Amino acid sequence: MDNTFTPIEARKPPSSAIGPIAWMKESLFSSPVNTLLTVFFGYLIIRFVPPVIDWAFISANWVGTTQDECTKSGACWIFIKQWFSQLLYGSYPENLHWRVNLALIGLVAVVVLQFFLPQHLRRRVGWVSLLVYPLVSLWLMYGGFGLETVSTDKWGGFSLNILLAFAGILMSLPIGIIWALGRQSKMPFVRVVCISSIELFRGVPLITILFMGSVMLPLFFPAGVQLDKLMRAFIAITLFQSAYMAEVIRGGLQAIPKGQVEAANSLGLGYWKTMRLIVLPQALKISIPNIVNTFIALFKDTTLVLIIGLFEVLSTIQAALQNSNWLGGHHIEGYVFVAFVFWVFCYTMSRISVHIENKLNTGHSRS
Amino acid sequence: MSITEKTSDNNSSTTETRTSNADSIIQIENLNKWYGAFHVLKDINLDVAKGERIVVCGPSGSGKSTLIRCINRLEEFQEGSLTVDGVALNEDIKNIEAVRREVGMVFQHFNLFPHLTILENLTLAPLWVRKIPKKEAEATAMEYLERVKIPDQALKFPGQLSGGQQQRVAIARSLCMNPKIMLFDEPTSALDPEMISEVLDVMVELAEEGMTMLCVTHEMGFAKKVADRVIFMDAGQIVEQNNPHEFFDNPQNERTQAFLSQIIGH
Repeated sequence: MDNTFTPIEARKPPSSAIGPIAWMKESLFSSPVNTLLTVFFGYLIIRFVPPVIDWAFISANWVGTTQDECTKSGACWIFIKQWFSQLLYGSYPENLHWRVNLALIGLVAVVVLQFFLPQHLRRRVGWVSLLVYPLVSLWLMYGGFGLETVSTDKWGGFSLNILLAFAGILMSLPIGIIWALGRQSKMPFVRVVCISSIELFRGVPLITILFMGSVMLPLFFPAGVQLDKLMRAFIAITLFQSAYMAEVIRGGLQAIPKGQVEAANSLGLGYWKTMRLIVLPQALKISIPNIVNTFIALFKDTTLVLIIGLFEVLSTIQAALQNSNWLGGHHIEGYVFVAFVFWVFCYTMSRISVHIENKLNTGHSRS
Repeated sequence: MSITEKTSDNNSSTTETRTSNADSIIQIENLNKWYGAFHVLKDINLDVAKGERIVVCGPSGSGKSTLIRCINRLEEFQEGSLTVDGVALNEDIKNIEAVRREVGMVFQHFNLFPHLTILENLTLAPLWVRKIPKKEAEATAMEYLERVKIPDQALKFPGQLSGGQQQRVAIARSLCMNPKIMLFDEPTSALDPEMISEVLDVMVELAEEGMTMLCVTHEMGFAKKVADRVIFMDAGQIVEQNNPHEFFDNPQNERTQAFLSQIIGH
């Protein structure tokens, strides 16, 4: 009798388990209920998708400059076309649009660089651009130092949404981290301050904070001192989102096993080094889906600044709809366009988040 | 063995511990600790000599892990004094960090940093605490990985290693700080049976090099082989301590006898 143990060689799965037909059987018609659902949704797609495509593309009006030229039954994209510059730049002087463009291109470049730079440069370039880019883009937008000054009441359109969102993201993440760490502090004073800030700003609707910022805050300043309206909106949004961010990060912090801190401490690492090198990298990583979720919410919330009279993209659309030359009722086109633009940006953020998650996955999670 | 012999043996071992005070590296005096109202450590007195290998055993909940975790102040204590390598462990964070730099610790669940590679796990503390140049830290790290026999895993992440390999990395990680004392908190309890010996081998080697070691473990074979002293704890007290030979062959206390018959009987 042979007593040596020889493992059986691995074989391929039977052909009935792979291929397109097997896939359809498995995922579309695996049971009577599934078959019924497949047929039902197939019907819905056939019933509703072609009319939408027809409205948006085939019967749509693309050429012309006035609403009278919208003669076909589909969407009147001429409306969007004519207002495009307003929707993107607001009242920013037309001859200076290049400055806004440059700032936006810079933003895309900074993000794209993070994906294509070689590993060893990535982190360094990331930190430098994180410090330099906001200053450069602010200079481009506002002017000064040799550029013509454009006051913030002229800023508007979708570029204002992007600016507010970007600045809000940039500030709310570090503030959120500090609040989340402070919430777990052993020092009672720090803990109380952090918990009250979080609970205060999280417990109030954003609209209320915006109103308070724009109406009440100036009352506290001495006469003559004026804090820019955009600045007040920015502070309000940042504080509001920081509170959410703090809670998201707290969730991540609590998921890190105590042993990690003990191991770091036993190696002689102090509190800040332990947090920075051991706890936060892991906590932030598992919080990425929720952090990006908060970013996306923040981005969409920037439309709320319209109620304190800032001309971001949604209020621009509303102004355009009330323009006497465009009273033909282009609401659907307007809102579909805004929805589409927001969706593209939010979806991009979500994809980037998935990409980062995959990249940071070191295979330690036992799934 | 006659009774007189036993007593004389006992006496000699106690005098040995007393006289070793001169080159002792850890002094624990009248240590008391409470978790809330629960008294976990009661009047602990312990002197550890330089190069001494101590095995601490006892039933679960006896306070043995808590005791060694007090030595690098992962646990606070309320009464008594604890001095490690001349530094008194008190509220002073500077003292605590100074002690932690000199005391390595290996945990039951390894506690490697999962987001860092094996090499980064090993170089982290030397780089950030000892401020050693990167090249030098990496060279030292590779040396220790060599010694625990897994240099080829240096660029992998902890999650890709087996439990035994992870624990050996954890030992190497502590050694990279060049500690004077090593604490082991049930280092083999979370391992598959096939992996226990590879970790124990590393520990035996370390013991043979003269490292001061305190091990909480139930590996009695290891205790017999390398320990200078075996301490038995129950209900937060040191019940009995002796050299392994005497401890296993002639346990004095009834409680120790019961414990030993439980774990060796199988």
